[in-house]
Amino acid sequence: MLSATGIAKSFGGVQAIKAVDIEIRSGAITALLGPNGAGKTTMFAMLAGFIRPDRGRITFERRDITGWAPERIARVGMVRTFQVTQPFSGLSVAHNIRVGAFLRENRPREAETRARAIGERLGLGKVLDRSASSLTVAGRKRLEIARAMATQPRLLLLDEVMAGLNPTEINEIVELIKQIRDSGVTILLTEHIMHAVAQLADVAHVLAGGTLISSGTPRQIAEDPKVIEAYLGHGAAQRLANA
Amino acid sequence: MKIAGIVALVAIALAPFLSTSQAVANMALLAALAVAGGQAWNIAGGFGGMMSFGHVAFFGVGAYTTAILQTRYGVNPWLTLPIAGAIAAAVGFIISWCCSRAGLQGSYFALVTLAIAEAFRILANSLDFTRGGLGISLDLNLAASNFQFSDKRVFYAVALIVALAATLVCWWITRSRFGARLIAIRENPDAARALGVDVSLTRAGALALSGAVTALTGVIYAQVFLYIDPNIAFGVWRSVDMMLVALVGGSGTIVGPIIGGLVLHLLSEGSRELIDIPGFAPALYGIVLLLIIGLLPGGFARLRHA
Repeated sequence: MLSATGIAKSFGGVQAIKAVDIEIRSGAITALLGPNGAGKTTMFAMLAGFIRPDRGRITFERRDITGWAPERIARVGMVRTFQVTQPFSGLSVAHNIRVGAFLRENRPREAETRARAIGERLGLGKVLDRSASSLTVAGRKRLEIARAMATQPRLLLLDEVMAGLNPTEINEIVELIKQIRDSGVTILLTEHIMHAVAQLADVAHVLAGGTLISSGTPRQIAEDPKVIEAYLGHGAAQRLANA
Repeated sequence: MKIAGIVALVAIALAPFLSTSQAVANMALLAALAVAGGQAWNIAGGFGGMMSFGHVAFFGVGAYTTAILQTRYGVNPWLTLPIAGAIAAAVGFIISWCCSRAGLQGSYFALVTLAIAEAFRILANSLDFTRGGLGISLDLNLAASNFQFSDKRVFYAVALIVALAATLVCWWITRSRFGARLIAIRENPDAARALGVDVSLTRAGALALSGAVTALTGVIYAQVFLYIDPNIAFGVWRSVDMMLVALVGGSGTIVGPIIGGLVLHLLSEGSRELIDIPGFAPALYGIVLLLIIGLLPGGFARLRHA
């Protein structure tokens, strides 16, 4: 569905991403993992069009979308959320979601109805008419997802939607993401919370130091010495094995 | 409450027609132009968050368009209304588009618009085509077909229609997809882009609309006073006036610039009428302005939420 080949990006002298290849299968949940500073968010921003890669090609449903603007990418069906939530603070929750709904629906009343329905579905029913700035962290994360879903994407990019949530809220979001997948939307997510990834992801890729160091099922990845070293430091896998 | 407010505004708008005094009509005309200008600024500045310090550029484009078309090409002044609107819309679209492409927003956008308006003033001052610093006089020819009226109340009616049109544009913005997108951009441009909103195009559309309406006030101004020069048409204070009307009343609201225009206009006229010490009136105006902005940061329109 989405494939990125040979993607590279430097900022000044720092090579944030070095020739990464990623393939995302339709209908699955793919996870992009990696320690802080591994380049996950940069990779996300490039896939969604917010940062232009220096090299490489990105194709979405056989369309070459390399260098496209984010709004154009959203129009063909790939939408991202932000790790640091970006609500339209002055607007109500319903009107936040409506901005997304307007991508496929010109008529304000129909867009509003659709936005409210999506808000209800994502557990924002009680706060639809409240200001987005009054939401809790968990509420804002839901709002990010709701707005993105309102654009009716075929591929949804979720950037650390569980960061900052408590265990109950995490379980709720995990269920929500499963529902979204079951409704036929393909998902790529970055996440730190391993047990959530283990529950959700069909495939996981691990980024470290700007390169992909491992790919496979979450279980395979968790046992990969290279991954353990990336998180815990050089020689860690060896020491754990000996312990 | 809302209906009472609308009735009150309609009553205020119609009251000047009852008086045959040309002084009253003149004051009403200037107030209506102030409201129209503030409301025009509100389209881009209030709903789009585009802090333009150069809206006088559109006013001047309107004034000069009608003056040049009439004196050089003999175009009927009524016909210059849509032409001036179209030219100003194009200017607004291009300015905004270029700013977006160059990534200029917020205070950079404010500075660029200020500079562009100054550039227009300097151009008008130095080109033969605009008759330089001499300015352009329009011939007195009082006839409705010539967009000149001996009764100022007719001018007031025209200005009122423009103010109403500007208000309707603002109302449409609160109701339409275009407006929802414009407001979303004001609140968070990156989030808007992620949801498929074309930021450059939406902003350019807003400044085009805003510029077109502003140009209409310039056309009316030229027809009323029959003389313009670079400082009248492109003086930076006029940009500030438009902005203040919107900010004092409540930018990004429909009713705000109406209240702002009335309050500021009455304040400046009133202080000039009541106190006859040179320099005192503008000083008082400034003090009251500071008080309003300090005590009501969101403008008068936000009062009802308090």
